[in-house]
Amino acid sequence: MKVALFVPCFIDAFYPQVGVATLELLERLGVDVDYPRDQTCCGQPMANSGAHKEAAGAERVFARNFADYDYVVGPSASCTHHVREHFTAIEQTSAVQKVRRSTFELVEFLHDVLKVREFPWAEFPHRVGLHNSCSAVRHLRETSNSEVAGAPFSKPRALLEGVKGIEFVTPARPDECCGFGGTFSVTEEAVSVRMGQDKVRDHVGAGAEYIVSGDMSCLMHQQGCAERLKVEAKFIHIAQVLNGARA
Amino acid sequence: MTTRDAFLSKIRAAQPASRPRPDVPVFPSPEGDLKTRFTLALTTMGGTCVHAHSFDEVKEMIAARFGADAVVTSAVAGIEGTRALAPDTAPASLQDVDVGIVRGRFGVAETGSVWFSENEYVVNSIGYLVQHLVVLLDPAQLVDGLQQVYRRPDFQSARYAALVTGPSATADIEGVLIRGAQGVRSLTVVWIQ
Amino acid sequence: MTKTVRIDHAKAAGAFLQKTDHVAFHDKRLWDLRSKRDAQAHGIPEWEALRELASGIKEHTLSNLADYIAQFADQAEKNGVVVHYAADAAEHNALVHQLMSERGMTTLVKSKSMLTDECYMRDYLEPRGITVMETDLGERIQQLDHQDPSHMVVPAVHKLRADVAELFGRTIGTDPANSDIHYLAESQRMDTRPYFVREKTAGMTGCNFAVAETGTVVVCTNEGNADLSANVPPLHIASIGIEKLIPTIADLGVFVRMLSRSALGSPITQYTSHFRAPRPGTEMHFILVDNGRSERLALDDFWYSLKCIRCGACMNTCPVYRRSGGLSYGGTYSGPIGAIINPTHDLKRYSSLPFASTLNGSCTNVCPTKVNIHEQIYKWREVIAERHEVPFVKQEVLKMAGRLLASPTLYRATVASLGGALKRLPNFVLYNPLNIWGRQRELPEAPTETFHEWYKKNRKSAK
Repeated sequence: MKVALFVPCFIDAFYPQVGVATLELLERLGVDVDYPRDQTCCGQPMANSGAHKEAAGAERVFARNFADYDYVVGPSASCTHHVREHFTAIEQTSAVQKVRRSTFELVEFLHDVLKVREFPWAEFPHRVGLHNSCSAVRHLRETSNSEVAGAPFSKPRALLEGVKGIEFVTPARPDECCGFGGTFSVTEEAVSVRMGQDKVRDHVGAGAEYIVSGDMSCLMHQQGCAERLKVEAKFIHIAQVLNGARA
Repeated sequence: MTTRDAFLSKIRAAQPASRPRPDVPVFPSPEGDLKTRFTLALTTMGGTCVHAHSFDEVKEMIAARFGADAVVTSAVAGIEGTRALAPDTAPASLQDVDVGIVRGRFGVAETGSVWFSENEYVVNSIGYLVQHLVVLLDPAQLVDGLQQVYRRPDFQSARYAALVTGPSATADIEGVLIRGAQGVRSLTVVWIQ
Repeated sequence: MTKTVRIDHAKAAGAFLQKTDHVAFHDKRLWDLRSKRDAQAHGIPEWEALRELASGIKEHTLSNLADYIAQFADQAEKNGVVVHYAADAAEHNALVHQLMSERGMTTLVKSKSMLTDECYMRDYLEPRGITVMETDLGERIQQLDHQDPSHMVVPAVHKLRADVAELFGRTIGTDPANSDIHYLAESQRMDTRPYFVREKTAGMTGCNFAVAETGTVVVCTNEGNADLSANVPPLHIASIGIEKLIPTIADLGVFVRMLSRSALGSPITQYTSHFRAPRPGTEMHFILVDNGRSERLALDDFWYSLKCIRCGACMNTCPVYRRSGGLSYGGTYSGPIGAIINPTHDLKRYSSLPFASTLNGSCTNVCPTKVNIHEQIYKWREVIAERHEVPFVKQEVLKMAGRLLASPTLYRATVASLGGALKRLPNFVLYNPLNIWGRQRELPEAPTETFHEWYKKNRKSAK
């Protein structure tokens, strides 16, 4: 299968280690991964601001870069959700529709496509608060949610169960939004920060040493809040943990 | 003022293409004896349940609980209060009544509710203006749940119908539960045939 | 004609967040209601099926609304009810005034009605000599304080007991130092009670459900104040938004089961009242109100918001609402449902509301009639951007960002010097994201190289 790596713009700029971990992890699992060099952004920042037309340029670049792949894999649930559900600023040719259908968030790809559950090289001997972004929970349905009754399930948790040494601790409000929300984090700064502080305190209150997530944007926001509050918590992306990071 | 035709035309022009009406099934009921379920539900909503075998017993209970001097009015034939009640009694005149006695037509196990219409109340304000309500209820007249209640024909003929579940309540200030908001301060169901 | 003032949700929310005791209570109280809702919803195996049915019944009704309203009105008239039609708030208010003044009535006792709040009915009636007594405790508090309700079900949830004590002390003569809640509630009961039994008084209720089959108006309260307002005075006026229609009495078996469970986590409200015909010798009048609803019904993307049954579950679950307080939304309706209803009344005024959201989708999951709230919030953003009314960023900036991200070379050049570029933002950007981010959060450290650069160095056969 032909797999391409999609590295979201802010990960490229601020958290390259997450992109590196994603690539290395896929390679460890025997996947031959391309990284199309001309990729820029999926268009979400413009689209989420309502600027649908302004997202077209980025979407065109995305569609062009990822045209020839069976799977487009990226370490971000919100970007993946945008591509699969809101990537409509450009003409919906069959090629574009194929790119949209083929785009997967990393956890989805590992859990549903590669169906991998074991990560023998990985060990993470820490108490972990697993934070699943709202995109992961409610839009990509990677986990059950607390609003709708049903058998509980969690794809990210299922993967992390394959990592030695993790002790999971659960916050009181397991799937309340942490308050990043894209431009919301700036335009509604006071509310965003309060939500981030509450989230961090909830995890730390449950005993978490590390907050692990598949969405670096949530972690960036929570880490920003925690550091300013001088709350003891460390933050790491799920790709890094699965790839063998010890801390 | 807008005419009916103009009002409806605007809506007709706006409404989307017709969607079909879903079939509403009757869902299975939870387990449990109706009276037990009713009692639990009503207690949760702040009502109480007692038993009586006769109207005299009911009157004694009221006197014991509310005092021999309580002003009592009754919508139930066969029980007299201290204040007469007739269909032409002024609704506002019940404002100084301590205890109202009414009979519910049926109760609802799912919610602990009792159903009344203007027939049961005689004067509707008795359900709300008095301080305390005593509700006679025949345990044989218990219906499973709201699904069943709303398929009954009673709503077609009643001019006014109320499902009453416990006493009046509010939690509008800091979420603290208050019984006896605007309506009655207490509601007691008396199981009696 | 006054110039439209844009509601600044973020600023108002920031002010609310300064009141730490209020925010802590507000968030906890509403999360508690959400948890109680969960317990009810998870305790009924058919809950999701009921949501689907409620949604289906509402969509069917709204898409056949004219016929259902006609049926409702015909039945009501057969029952001896007088039916009126108000195109807008002004007509509604004038009608209420006319009905009362024709009968020499000078006092109106009423139970809670979001519709009458939406019409600003009190502001119309009071200068015309009508005393309006809001009998719901939360609405009464807000009436005395000259504020909108902050929540559809618990209108004064943003206040603490000391606030109510101070308010009642100032307005109804209680002891301002006594903030015991039982004392405050009892005081309101005793202060309000005389109004139900007064002469020259009309009673008004809202309407939770209007049943076409029988011409019945259904009103749900916990206090019993709707029953008092309707059953004591000789005139009962019910104000009915046209979206309240449902086809049959049997349908109440779906809606009544869901309303209080969604709102408060209790199986039913203390009083569920069904008004079909007037008491002999008295009058019952229904006022059907449009006030922008038919306009909304014609909007392909937004008519689903008319399915709303006013339970407030979306507010209780919304993490933004719980921390901002309902007054920060600047209108009768707040929270997630407010964000999608209010822009239909005034797009510019309410343009910040669809952005007061993280699009997390929790609201949509708890809505008993499956209103796709977060999806409509997203769509409103597009409408607002098309009209160049995005409150926090100018169209030029969005265009520039779009062009930047459409050009791999430009983008790469920018990212390479990211620290510098962001510090030199053009001065027509309203918000400098770095300054704002940095108020209460640490900034992420700028790494030594981007992923792109790492890949070039570390993977030879680059593609």
